[in-house]
This record gives sequence, C-alpha cells and structure tokens, in this order.
Amino acid sequence: MILGGVSRVLLIEDDAAVREGLELALTRHGHRVRAVESGEQGLDRLRADLPDVVVLDLMLPGMDGFEVCRRIRAAGDVPIIMLTARGDDMDVVAGLEAGADDYVVKPVQPRVLEARIRAVLRRIGRDQAELERHAELTIDRAGLVVAKGGVPVSLAPTELRLLLELSATPGRVHSRQQLLESVWEHGYFGDSRLVDACVQRLRAKIEDDSAAPVYVQTVRGFGYRFGPV
Amino acid sequence: MTPRPSLGLRARLLFAFALLCVVTAAVVSGGMYVQARVDILQRAQDAAVQQMRTRLEALFPLRSATPGPAELGEIAAGMADGNGAVVAVYHDMRSPVRVPGPPPGEQPGQPPEQRRPGGNALDLDPAVIPKGLRREVAGGVIAWQRVLWQGWPILIIGAPLVIAERDGTTRLSGIEVYTARSLAPEQHSIAQLAASAWLTGGAALAFAVALALLATRGVLRPVRELGRAARLLGEGELRTRIAVRGSDELADVAHTFNNTAAQLERHVTQLREMEADSRRFVADVSHELRTPLAALAAVADVLDEEAARLPEPAGRAARLVSQETLNLTGLVNDLIEISRFDSGVAALALNEVDVAELVRATLRARGWTEQVHTELPPEVTARLDPRRVDVILANLVGNALRHGEPPVSVRLGADPDWIAVEVRDHGPGLDEAVLPHVFDRFYKASAARARSEGSGLGLAIARENARLHRGDLTVANAPGGGAVFTLRLPRRASDPDGGPE
Repeated sequence: MILGGVSRVLLIEDDAAVREGLELALTRHGHRVRAVESGEQGLDRLRADLPDVVVLDLMLPGMDGFEVCRRIRAAGDVPIIMLTARGDDMDVVAGLEAGADDYVVKPVQPRVLEARIRAVLRRIGRDQAELERHAELTIDRAGLVVAKGGVPVSLAPTELRLLLELSATPGRVHSRQQLLESVWEHGYFGDSRLVDACVQRLRAKIEDDSAAPVYVQTVRGFGYRFGPV
Repeated sequence: MTPRPSLGLRARLLFAFALLCVVTAAVVSGGMYVQARVDILQRAQDAAVQQMRTRLEALFPLRSATPGPAELGEIAAGMADGNGAVVAVYHDMRSPVRVPGPPPGEQPGQPPEQRRPGGNALDLDPAVIPKGLRREVAGGVIAWQRVLWQGWPILIIGAPLVIAERDGTTRLSGIEVYTARSLAPEQHSIAQLAASAWLTGGAALAFAVALALLATRGVLRPVRELGRAARLLGEGELRTRIAVRGSDELADVAHTFNNTAAQLERHVTQLREMEADSRRFVADVSHELRTPLAALAAVADVLDEEAARLPEPAGRAARLVSQETLNLTGLVNDLIEISRFDSGVAALALNEVDVAELVRATLRARGWTEQVHTELPPEVTARLDPRRVDVILANLVGNALRHGEPPVSVRLGADPDWIAVEVRDHGPGLDEAVLPHVFDRFYKASAARARSEGSGLGLAIARENARLHRGDLTVANAPGGGAVFTLRLPRRASDPDGGPE
C-alpha cells in the first residue's frame, strides 16, 4: 500500500497540458506520479506499477473512461478518482456506477484533488474488537475482512469504510451528509450521489437481493442504516 | 378594457332582427286590420240602415198620428226581419219587442251564450238605447250607434216616422222605431282577422328569430374561434391557426390572423434559435476554456507557493497569475453552471435536512460563523438539495459581508409548507433603481464595483437554484436600512425524477 507516506498515483489523462500540470502539482504534494495518455496504457501500467490510487479522466480517446474504470475495478480494489470535464450529471452517475470512489470536476484545484486522494487512501483504523456477526455476514474489524456465509467478500476501500461506518452502530440512521463527512471526508455539502452509488455497489456484493436489502437499508428521506438483522 | 362577451353581439343581433320583424308585422297587419275592420263595420251598418229604410217606406202611410200600443206593435211587426229585435216607441209607450226566430243554421242545443248574438234572446230594452241616439232620432234623422250590451256588440238604428201632410210638407209623428242588430258575426270576422294577423306576426317573429340565430351563429362562430385562437396565441401556442371558410370579411380576418400568427411564429422561432445559439456558444466556450484552465489551475498552486522565493517582479507576477487563474476558474464554473440552467439539465438531489444545521454548515465551511448573527429555530426540516441551498446562502451572506455593513444576520422562519431564510445587512441598502436588476447576469450595481468581487453571475445562479426548488429569491430594502434577501423554498420540493430514496 502506502510506502513511507509516499503514494503511487496513476494519472490517466489525454490532454498533455492538464497531464503535465497535474503531474507537477501531485509530485509537489509528495506523490510518485505515473502519467499516461490513454486507457490502454493505463491498464498496462496498473499491472506493472500496482498504484495506490488511480486518477482517471473520463473523456479519453479510444477506450473511454467508463470502460477503463470497469476494467480497473474488475482487476482489483484500487481506489479510483474520476476527473469529469463536463458539468454533466450523467457522467458522474455513470462513473460512480462503473466503480469510481470519488470524483472531481475540472478545472481541478490541486488542493481539492489532494484532499480526495488522502481521503481514499486514509488507513482504515483497525480495532481490536471481536469478530462481529450479523446474520450471514461476519465483519472482522481487526483483519478488515468481510465474509458472507464464510466466503470472503472483496470490497473496494470506500465500500469497506461505508460498511464499517454503518455497522458500527446497527439500527442507527446515518444521513447522507454524515456519511459524506465520515467516509468521503467531503464536508457537509458533498454530492450525496456518491453515497447512493456506493450503497448500490455494496448491496450488490453483500445482499442476497439488492432490491430487498437486509444489511444496508434505506430510510426514505433520511439516509441509511445497518440492519437490524 | 374588458372584452365584451359574445352574448352581447348575439343579443344585439337578435334584438335588431326581432324589432325589425315586430315593427314590420305591426305596420302591415295593423294597417290591414284597421282597414278591414272599418270596411266590415261600415258595410254592415250601411246594409242595415238601407234595409230599415226600405221597410219603413213599406209601412207608409200610418193610420194614426197618435197610435196606441196595438199600432206600435203592428209597426214593429212590419219592421221586423230575421236579423234583429225591433221596438217601436211613441213617447212613453212601446211596442213589445219583436224578436226573430232562430236562424236556420243554428243548432237548438247550443248554449245560450252562443245563441244570444244570433238574436232570439236579444231583448231590446229602451233603456239600452243611448240617450244621445234618442235625441238625434227625436230630432228627425235616422241615426245609428254601436253599443256594447251585455258584452256583445250590437248596432242600434233609430228612425223617426214622419207624417206627410197634403201640402207636401212632413212633420214628425213622434213614433220612433229602433232596430237592434247583433254585430256578433262581424265581430267574429274581425276577431278572426285579428287572430290571423297575430298568427302571421308571431310566425314572422319566430322566423325572424330563427333567421337571426342562424345569422348570429354564422357570425359568432368565426368570431369565437378567432377569440380562442388569439388566446391560444397569447398563451404561447404559436402554431395556432384557424380554418378559413368562404370569402367574406370574416374569412379575410381569419386569413389575416393566420398570416400574422405565421409571421409571429417565424420571428419567435428565429429569436429562440438565436438565443439558443448564443447560449450554446457560451456553453461551448466555457467547456473549451476548461481544458486549458485545468492545466493552469493545476500549476497555479505551485506558482503561488514558489512566489515567495522568486525575485521581484517575477514573484508578484506569479501571484497575479495564480490569483487570476482562480478568478477565471470561478467565472468559467459559473458560466457552465448557468448554461446548465439554461439548457434545462440542472437537476435537484433532494435530501431531508435540518435547515438550521445546513445554514450553520455553510457559515462554518467559510469561516463566517463569528461574523454573522443567526436566528435559527431548531427542528425545521425540509427536503432540499443541500449543495444548491449552500450555493445560495454562501452567495447571499458573502455579498452581505462584502458590500453591506455589519451586523449581518441570517434568520430562519418556517410555516407548514415553506421555509424562509432572510439574509440582512445594515448598510445603506440598495438603490431603488438597482433592486429590479440585482439578479440580472453580469449586472453591476455601480461602475465603481470592482470586478474581482465576483463573477457577476452569483445572484443569477442563486435565483436559478431557488427556482429549481420551485421557490424564489427576492430582495428588498429593510425599513431600518440595509438590504434584505429572502429565500423562500417549499418544504417538500417536488422531485420529478424520484430522486434518492
């Protein structure tokens, strides 16, 4: 993961000036940046470099950003931050559905991107708590392993953090604002679609039936709660 | 001006037609009626008088100048015909009334009311004979008068009997003969005449009304259609046209209307296209600016942080570039935001939020908590897009802090359906001439206001955000001084897409 506080960032951005600018800025913030100009190159570097985080432009020539996002997600649980050039909500929603953890809108303020990267890379605190059982689901807060019916479930970092946050207080309702602050570190006015998209992905992995969730339940108009199971 | 209802035109046309018809019918039928009535009565009178004369002449000579009742009876009998009662009068003496038998056509079974005008029950009481008539007859002339007796019109003819002397002169004998003749048949004819006149008049009136209705419908339908089409056109249905029927003046009007509507539609379409083009241009330009700005923004921080280490004037230049890059980024972001409102793609992400907490978060996020006085009642919740409401509040409070005088206050009020957030400063307020324009894009209250204070789109975006919630944002000057911006939002903003659960 993160070696000596230096994280490896894979930047996939087709525009040379933006790529160079972001590389410059991220390098200044202490990251080791690999910048490539296409999705195909990005997927190659993913296998070779094993980055800690991927910063992915959605508007790419050739293989588009959504497809790249899906393939990265299929290959592993590395956090993905999208760059959306358009103020188009459909892009954001599609990107989140493709598995992105967070997004920033261009023109990107390096400080904002840096904060997002730090948030997705933040170590998940390991508790010394006992193994929690919630019906079929077992959550090992010490080993950060989630299993369903004894079979380990592969969760992306954001999904894991969301599940840990919700399951820490079963039955308590968390508003989207609270979850954005605690899981995404977005502050009060983050985009609540991040939460909704992440809940959908999490449900797909841990629920028997995503349409009738047992573990992550919607409280209409207020937010989400874990259980009661 | 209130439009005259179409009923008015219809009523006026109907009235004119009916009046015309009634006047014509009255003049024609009335004239004919009067003429015919006079003719009928005249003829009946003339015939009766003539008949009486003939019979009187047959009576001569009289046997006695001073007749007794028997003679008077003979005179009366001689005068009697089948048509009426006869009485002969000599001073106070009178013959028995001679009444004719029932006329041949009359049925014995008929009620007496109907038989009486036929004559047999007509009792010619001398009291019935008008005094004026008696005077005239006593004066030596044959006179007649129509009188109404027991509800029936009768013609009483009086004739004096004269005595012819041997020297050829005549003197009045004092005997008067009166015959009474029922005018019932004549009245019946006249009544029939009147009835037929009424009938004809009524039929003509009905015909006229029907004709008027047809005519008004013929006129009113196109007029009403025109009115409806004009209303639709006014409501923005620019494709409204009306069917042109015939080639009269109304058809001309319809034709003109259609041409006007077509031209209007063309102009509006042109204007809309031009507006859409210019908006698209703004949107395209903004998007095109994003990529170079993205590169600039990425390195602006680097430049800013290095500025302190650069020798002057390179350091100042670096800071300037960094600052202006930030401003330009804000402007382009605002342009893109407003072009999203224009193109209708802006959508609400609704969430149930505690409004007081939302306001506090806005202030906290920008470090304004200490500078702003708040009145935020707890437990006011509303279904809002918190990010958009934050944009509105940040803009209003930011403006108040920059342009107004402290203290700046934010007050939250609520009723069951609406929340209202008032942002007030205590500065001089806004010029009355400026008030209507503060939400205009790129409107600057004064030329002196510096450009760096904002993109010029902040309040326009704030209001668009309020309206997206189906709420509104208004501004006024407070009585005690200072500008008051009031944001009103429905507590349950409608959510067309279903939104997040």
